[in-house]
Amino acid sequence: MSQLAIKSLTKSYGAFKVFDGLNLQADAGEIVVIFGGSGTGKTILLRLIAGVEEPTGGAIEIGGHDVSDIAPEHRGVGMAFQNFALFPHMNASENIATPLRAAGADESKVKAGVAKVAKLLKIDHVLNHAPRELSNGQKQRTALARALAAEPQILLLDDPLRNVDAKLRFEMRLELPRLLRQSGATVLYVTQDYKEAMALADRIAVLANGTFVQTASPEDIYMRPATLGVARLFGDPAINTADTMIETEGGAHVVLGGTRVPVAESYRGFAGREVILGVRPEAVELGSAGVEAEVIAVTPLNERTVLLLQNPNGWEFLASLPSSAASIPEAGTKVRASFAAAGTHIFDRQTGERLHG
Amino acid sequence: MDHSSSLEKILRSVAITLVLVFFLFPIAWIFLMSLQTNETILSIPPSLAFTPIIDNYTALITGQLRTAAGSLQLNFMQNMFNSVLLSVCSVALSLVLGVPAAYAFARFKFRLGEDIAFTLLSFRFAPALLVLLPLSLYFKTLGLTNTYIGLIWVYQLICLPLILWIVRGYFEDISPDIEHAYRIAGNSWWRTFTRISIPLAKPGIAAAGLLAFIFAWNNFVFALILASADKQPVTVGALAFVTASGIQYGQIAAAIIISITPTLALALYAQRYLVEGLSMGAVKG
Repeated sequence: MSQLAIKSLTKSYGAFKVFDGLNLQADAGEIVVIFGGSGTGKTILLRLIAGVEEPTGGAIEIGGHDVSDIAPEHRGVGMAFQNFALFPHMNASENIATPLRAAGADESKVKAGVAKVAKLLKIDHVLNHAPRELSNGQKQRTALARALAAEPQILLLDDPLRNVDAKLRFEMRLELPRLLRQSGATVLYVTQDYKEAMALADRIAVLANGTFVQTASPEDIYMRPATLGVARLFGDPAINTADTMIETEGGAHVVLGGTRVPVAESYRGFAGREVILGVRPEAVELGSAGVEAEVIAVTPLNERTVLLLQNPNGWEFLASLPSSAASIPEAGTKVRASFAAAGTHIFDRQTGERLHG
Repeated sequence: MDHSSSLEKILRSVAITLVLVFFLFPIAWIFLMSLQTNETILSIPPSLAFTPIIDNYTALITGQLRTAAGSLQLNFMQNMFNSVLLSVCSVALSLVLGVPAAYAFARFKFRLGEDIAFTLLSFRFAPALLVLLPLSLYFKTLGLTNTYIGLIWVYQLICLPLILWIVRGYFEDISPDIEHAYRIAGNSWWRTFTRISIPLAKPGIAAAGLLAFIFAWNNFVFALILASADKQPVTVGALAFVTASGIQYGQIAAAIIISITPTLALALYAQRYLVEGLSMGAVKG
């Protein structure tokens, strides 16, 4: 039985539909990342689960029970807000103690609970500080500590690393999975940073246009994106795309910039279909065969180097090579590019859906 | 770090002194008047050299007003008591009614919400006398004329809109997420309201309460029409100083000094709650 189940959930504001039938199951202890761009309703989804907003239709079940009629204080969820939402008139310790006190724990238990979670999050030295005296990183940890303090079954984290500096974000990205596993809670983690999503998630649910377009493991999302949209959201630099058509004469292939690029024979069934070829920049290999291109620009990015290439027909695409590669061509060099099968995806041009060859 | 030169500092203190003199002069003048007899007050040219007397104050406190034409009964202290009672009760009632209402207007969108809020505000710009005429007739029928309850009720016209509109703004400034966080942490709606919303709006509530108190205290026309001598506040009671034998400037001055004391004390006390910045740093900065 799943710990959290969202069934055909809909939410509208007037005529504006935010969610049009969301479905999601999360098992106990699972970390599910809700991923999507700005304005896709990620925060609204968490609010609906927490109970501070009411859904228009559908059901939310926690531990197998429909929680529609249960007030937020009785749902047994913990939530960390993107803007921290600390209580400004209480110090950090009192902030963290809030859920424990609300649960009626006696003073010694409250103290022990606060001390435990504060130590875990390394904020035990600032417990007496008021929120305004805390740095953003400390605020974020305090907010997280408050959400964790009462050991809720379900933890809702609304982009908790959004407002902290890059260094802390990187540290927390490494620390959080361990922390969250330790808590044993089912975690719904909202973010719009794909690296964060990949680093933390057991499963990623990609939210777009009011539904989850794909719910799968990070690896699946990256290697087997369900739609062109999903493929574009994950990966930096973003996936290269080109409009083309599947042809079968002399083996299944597409034509890119006047050059035949072979694709798996299994795509034979889609002969004549107008498609979009998606190629991850990491899948571009430079060699002696393949699509003709000229190197336009070379951008070194630490461990990888990104090349902007242009085909004589005008198609521009990016290649991301390991900086340690034997030879990185300079701008102006004429090269030939081939595409590794693992990073090459074919999407239907009309629907944007991935074609399974 | 101090970037201002000494000249700037001098100019600044001069400017502050000028402002203080401008605002405090009438009060200082009245205070001096309250220590003089009618004769020295009215002497021309006015002189700062006089023997201070406290007769004006004793007359007010004992209720015996001695004029050239003889002794008069004064119930200034009764008026004082009425003022305190009316203002305190009106503001208290307004806070009890207005703060939850302000919260409702700030947080919930409901049918006619804005219209109701505006109607309440419009009480502030309706001419009081226009309201009073029909009101005095109703009050007679209802038996509310010359009662504290009746006056406190009418004073809501002064206090309620002020409190409602000022406090509403403060509630709107509190991030709803802070309230949501407290509820999700396991607290009921009511607890959230009393433990989070009210404490965070405290500066606003203090400011609105103080303003409402001042307006209630200074009200004249409601009590003039709807109450008789024993229920009237100092503002109306001051009319008694206009006697057959002339105006008792000394007593009036003393009465003013006594009657501004409660408001002044309240303002000084409330000042600490007026300090803002409590909610800073709660949400991302």
